[in-house]
Amino acid sequence: MGPADLALALKEYVMSASTERTSSESVGSRAPISTRTGVSLVAGRGVRRALLAAVLPLAIIVIWQLAGTNGALFGGALPTPDRVWAAWKVWALGPAGLGLNPYSGTWLANLLFSAERVAKGFVAAILVGVPIGTIIGWNRLAAGTLDPTIQLLRPIPITAWLPFSIAVFGIQDVGAIFLISLGAFYPIVVNTAQGARDVERNLIRAALMMGASRWTVLRRVVLPASLPAIFTGLRIGLGIGWTAVIVAEMVAVKSGLGYVLWDAYYVGRMDVVIADMVTIGVLGLLSDLIIVKIESWVLTWRRLQSFQS
Amino acid sequence: MGTITFQNVSKIFRGQKDVRALDGVSLTVNEGEFVALLGPSGCGKSTLLNVLAGFEQVTEGDLLFDNAVVTRPGPDRGVVFQEAALFPWLTVWENVIFGPRVQGVPRSEYESRARELLKLVGLEAFADALPVQLSGGMRQRVGIARVLVMNPKALLMDEPFGALDAQTRLSMQQLLLDVWQSLGTTVLFVTHDIDEAILLSDRICVMSARPGRIVRTISVDMARPRSIASLTSPEFIGYKAEIMADIKVTNHH
Repeated sequence: MGPADLALALKEYVMSASTERTSSESVGSRAPISTRTGVSLVAGRGVRRALLAAVLPLAIIVIWQLAGTNGALFGGALPTPDRVWAAWKVWALGPAGLGLNPYSGTWLANLLFSAERVAKGFVAAILVGVPIGTIIGWNRLAAGTLDPTIQLLRPIPITAWLPFSIAVFGIQDVGAIFLISLGAFYPIVVNTAQGARDVERNLIRAALMMGASRWTVLRRVVLPASLPAIFTGLRIGLGIGWTAVIVAEMVAVKSGLGYVLWDAYYVGRMDVVIADMVTIGVLGLLSDLIIVKIESWVLTWRRLQSFQS
Repeated sequence: MGTITFQNVSKIFRGQKDVRALDGVSLTVNEGEFVALLGPSGCGKSTLLNVLAGFEQVTEGDLLFDNAVVTRPGPDRGVVFQEAALFPWLTVWENVIFGPRVQGVPRSEYESRARELLKLVGLEAFADALPVQLSGGMRQRVGIARVLVMNPKALLMDEPFGALDAQTRLSMQQLLLDVWQSLGTTVLFVTHDIDEAILLSDRICVMSARPGRIVRTISVDMARPRSIASLTSPEFIGYKAEIMADIKVTNHH
């Protein structure tokens, strides 16, 4: 318990980050033209980069810890890292049930509530956003019909939709999922449309020349050619999804990390608040890593292309 | 099969200022003939190819392929693009069988032919490679194989070797000569390279720019089969001198 534990956890994080990088490089071994020496160089650089990345967070934690007296800063408003760590341990590993500490043992359950909502909303946003974006980018009539409305709605922040969502869906999961999918929808649809618009004209001509129908061109040329842009949209959309889930849970549902965040703040448990914030950050980072992993797997051709140029 | 007829064809690109890319072009290419369109960039030779491919519509005149009006692209007119235009996310093999696959041809009907063609263009060892892992010349050979697998009646080639280095271009020209000799497909070949036009074709249509017109047609009666060795024959030099004199005259106008 305390700074030593934190240092250990960070070290583990750094180690895992470096192995992560090495294994993602080895995907390139599918290519006959792979620079073996390059891979080991990159791996070495990966460790250094991870160490470098850890310097600032470590420094902040150490200074934060040392700046506190009796486990708190700013006249008790902010707990020190060791207190946050202790609060997290009880929150995550403590016995669940109606004890003195209502948060005890509820970390994983709340984490899963939030993650599930983000996943559902995100998938809904993909299922709607990718086809609509492709159509907008591909067909001028569809673009003229759909795009202006989307551009009109897009500046309305997710937070502004909260009363609407509660009024329509009530204090329920659906409302949170609606907000998440709406927030993630915009970047996905805009980037997909951009990708579909920018498909090299000769690729479409080549497909038509080989007897492809317009539908086949859409599915087998426009969609794969737009994938790099789509993934950009997915990453931005997922980030917005996490913002939306926290906002929604603070107001519109009674579970999840956002609910705990606001609840803990109300009862003055700033140690839980900060542990919650860190949890959200780590989850956001991990989910982004998953997308990046899928992207590098799906877009091997793209990665090799940028290697060459 | 594979007869091309342009009758007084014009193509105007509408815009703030209309551009007459083709102006009253008449040209007939017979079955199995190899015709080169030779001219400077901007003379409309690519436009001529694009309307024949069905990528663009003619503004005036008639354009027939095997006595039917050309309205849209189709596998009977195989196009080879300058930058190959392969699908970068598909392997060489998947690129080559793209045509038959999207046309719903059963695998058993195209597979052996596709393998043969891949061998013919010397890429059987690269079937699983991605286009980005190939050189420019290799990519262009895939571009040729994926068109030939469809058994087109005509090959439309838009400066296919223009982006290649001199040595690769020579080997590609040899390859094309060999392929054409054995298949006998009609070829319409756009180029700005005089040597290439003489070496490959039965007939050269020299084009002038703005508006795009065919100003002269030259029959190349050098013996077949030809090879890149023909490039140094006295006959070849004779044709080259003739065309160069001609281009000079056109430029003075």
